[in-house]
Amino acid sequence: MTAVDFLRLDLPAMLAAILACGLCGLLGSFLVLRRDSLLGDALSHAVLPGIIAGFAITGARAGLPMLLGALAAALAGVFLISLVRRVARLESGAAAGAVFTSFFALGLMLIEATGARSVDLDLDCVLFGQLESLVWLEAQGFASLLDPAALAALPRQIFLLAAVSIVLAGVVALLWRPLHLLCFDPDYAAAIGLPARGLELALNLMVAAAAVAAFEAVGSILVVAMLVCPAAAIRLLTDSYRAQVLGGAAFGAALGAVGYALAGPLPAAFGQAFALNAAGVIGTLGGFTVAGAMLLRQWRSAAPKPVAISG
Amino acid sequence: MNQNPTPPAPLAITHLTVAYGDKTVLWDITWQAAPGLTAIVGPNGAGKSTLLRAALGLIPSIAGEPRFFGRKLGEVRNRVGYLPQRASVDWDFPATALDVVCMSRYPRMRWWGRVPKTERDAAYAALDQVGLADLADRQIGRLSGGQQQRVFLARALAQDADLYLMDEPFAAVDAATEQAIIAVLRRVVATGRSVIAVHHDLSTVPSYFDQVLLLNGRAVAAGDVKSAFTPDAIARAYGGRLNVLEQAVAEGGLR
Repeated sequence: MTAVDFLRLDLPAMLAAILACGLCGLLGSFLVLRRDSLLGDALSHAVLPGIIAGFAITGARAGLPMLLGALAAALAGVFLISLVRRVARLESGAAAGAVFTSFFALGLMLIEATGARSVDLDLDCVLFGQLESLVWLEAQGFASLLDPAALAALPRQIFLLAAVSIVLAGVVALLWRPLHLLCFDPDYAAAIGLPARGLELALNLMVAAAAVAAFEAVGSILVVAMLVCPAAAIRLLTDSYRAQVLGGAAFGAALGAVGYALAGPLPAAFGQAFALNAAGVIGTLGGFTVAGAMLLRQWRSAAPKPVAISG
Repeated sequence: MNQNPTPPAPLAITHLTVAYGDKTVLWDITWQAAPGLTAIVGPNGAGKSTLLRAALGLIPSIAGEPRFFGRKLGEVRNRVGYLPQRASVDWDFPATALDVVCMSRYPRMRWWGRVPKTERDAAYAALDQVGLADLADRQIGRLSGGQQQRVFLARALAQDADLYLMDEPFAAVDAATEQAIIAVLRRVVATGRSVIAVHHDLSTVPSYFDQVLLLNGRAVAAGDVKSAFTPDAIARAYGGRLNVLEQAVAEGGLR
């Protein structure tokens, strides 16, 4: 494998995997802290009817209409979940479950009804994304990394992911303390005059934006996995809010890089002819790391501690 | 009310009615809390926590608007502190005792960056008041139940409010912690502030509190503990079982 091959075939996909997984890892921490991890699952399924509708209306597999459709569906999902919770008085998991299965089923029906299936919008792409199809054919060598014209030809998904990542990281930094309190004790946040409802909505919108931006590159299954696994693994290992949120993002990004490398480039580097689905490998790694974190935590708590702990 | 020469009550509620779905929990409560230490007492499901939460606007009420010091809550938010039930939060949460106490001062800080030193010092002082300064850096899940309750108390104190609404500050704490908490509350009241606490233990009402509100969906009796906390009123609030209660009151009176 030459450097140019790497730049053309692997770099864009790896970059997309790192950004998508890092972004989901960042927001996943808030979902885990709020014990609301199912929301990520719900949103990444709820986008399907929006994507199909965007496709059906424009008749083309163009990026923007499908993306807007996904965003609209995610917002509708967020709104409906909070409505069902309040009106039907269901706990959030049940409300999310009821809404996202309906949305996903609606999406599947739309696929058949609009004939989208016969074109190239297949379910595999929805579930597993299209990491492997992200290529950068304009790359001529490492010098291209500094060439604006060549950089402009990077896949569109990377720009979208980078922009969304920067914006969401900025919003998380600006709302750092209110989000901490919202996750710990939303009633108290409201009682002392913080806009708890607005913060909750902002958080859900951020999760929706992250899910939609990451969805196209890595697919819905990986979005779900990355909203839960990195944050859950870190949750088992730290008692610090800062380490949880920043660590979730860093760990997600690392999983994206390592998982992608394990799927294709590494077997190829060792002369193996096979390649695995990158999203699948990243997701599987995510599951393993949660199990690993659990074992590590048990091992640590079994070891004697210097400070006595009062019950 | 403007012609009233005395300062307005810390909390005044008029015709407060609250329902969950079609089940009405509080019926037409009209009540004024006098300054000092006030207990809200009543059987399970009487709406004690609901009264506090509705007053703070955490749950919607069908009718009635609470007044704090004669004003709407939004105008005097920083004069009203709150201590929620301990069971309401996730104690595994990544936060130290000091972090939790700092939370009460978030509305006074920028929303990002480090907690300013003055705010940290204020939070630390509040922890010191409840005797937990040594445990400031401990993760909250590694504190005992009584210590957790005192962290919540410190968080409320750090709000530096004039009225504290406390939802069962003595729930599931041992006798020593209960004494420590009541000592802190007395100090708070001695500085001219007021505390309204949901309370479960009838026998300690006369020794701990100045005023009482007996609640059972409706306001059964309210006023000075001496005049309002009578066996007859308790029986009406709890619906019978007078013998047990008379004994409890008698015991309480002996303390």
